[in-house]
Amino acid sequence: MISKKTLVSLGAGAFIALTFVIYSIHQRNEGNQAVSRVTASTNTPSTTPQVHDAAQAPAANASQAGSASSTATLKDGSYTGKSYDAFYGYIQVKATVSGGKLTDVQFLDYPQDRDNSIRINQVAMPLLKQQAIQAQSAQVDGVSGATDTSQAFVQSLSDALAQARA
Amino acid sequence: MIKQNRIIMGMPITLMVPDSHGSHTAMAEVFEFFRRVDQTYSPFIETSHVSKINRQELVEDDYSNELREILDLAEQAKRDTDGYFDVWHDSVFDPSGIVKGWAIDRAAEIMRQYTNDFYVEAGGDIQVSGANDQQQPWRIGVRNPFNRDENIAVVSLDNHAIATSGTAIRGQHIYDPVTSRPLTDIVSLSVIAPNIIDADRMATAAFAMGERGIAFIENLPGYEAYMVDAGRRATLTSGWERFQLQPA
Repeated sequence: MISKKTLVSLGAGAFIALTFVIYSIHQRNEGNQAVSRVTASTNTPSTTPQVHDAAQAPAANASQAGSASSTATLKDGSYTGKSYDAFYGYIQVKATVSGGKLTDVQFLDYPQDRDNSIRINQVAMPLLKQQAIQAQSAQVDGVSGATDTSQAFVQSLSDALAQARA
Repeated sequence: MIKQNRIIMGMPITLMVPDSHGSHTAMAEVFEFFRRVDQTYSPFIETSHVSKINRQELVEDDYSNELREILDLAEQAKRDTDGYFDVWHDSVFDPSGIVKGWAIDRAAEIMRQYTNDFYVEAGGDIQVSGANDQQQPWRIGVRNPFNRDENIAVVSLDNHAIATSGTAIRGQHIYDPVTSRPLTDIVSLSVIAPNIIDADRMATAAFAMGERGIAFIENLPGYEAYMVDAGRRATLTSGWERFQLQPA
């Protein structure tokens, strides 16, 4: 027996999952494009199994919101999530709910270049080798990469949506 | 190879040693250390030193020796990077940027008490020592910032560290009004140095400098870097290829 509450939680999970998936797609495929805003046009809670998996952790974390919820929809308005540490900076999002649907997610803060107007000492730009990046298939023991920001994104968005359900 | 993973400080921590001799004790000790670091220096834990400093509940006279050591490192990093590395942002104290490198360095010290051959990684920043299970230098990939399932360079490291700074979420790009093409924007920057504290702080600072960052590293003896821009080009410092395995 699926209670209304569970449905609400699932719906909320779907919001987060959907936006997270859109965010991931941007992150993966459009790293060279401006991604300061992610717009979700639908809240249809028809989650695929993978989407639901992606929502498990944040949905569970946001359980305080789920249990406090007595309405079936999100309240219209803008909700600012807490700022979460992505280690080289913070991720903070503002979620906009309109007509009971999550319609917009704005990044208020994300790791980025700091003020470039700060003086850099008089370093002459040396002539350095450039090459197009290319996938390498060699076996490796480990991989170096920038710390994932996605965890912080999910936390901040969960937090914003918890407020929308409050 | 013995390999263990934990999520601590909001990031994956990975430890590897080529054989099992004493490794479980060493790894348990390292994970415990990272947990303590999180409790002590996380800005998100109310009882941490960092939170207390921001609430002005912990004054300088009461700082621990360890905290002083971290602050000294932060101060040095600020001087060495012309202010690009700063643990104070808008009068909020957040030493996360230096704590990560410092913690990996201390973790490496713990590992060293048990073995000369190890790999310590926290959130993509890596310190290695000695050799892997093939008695070869450790082979480390540089992740493609446009596709996290791919590596775009593979380096061979012993007794070195590599740290990568970058983000997939970028601000608005600036477009050249004539060509309508985006101007150079830096997506990720990896730095190799003998130790992780230096690799980490210089990767952070050079990344914040934008496209001049690679020149900053080029002019630092003992450091090499690999920078990826939004045009999917890599720019290499002159000594980078000494570490790089050639494409097969």
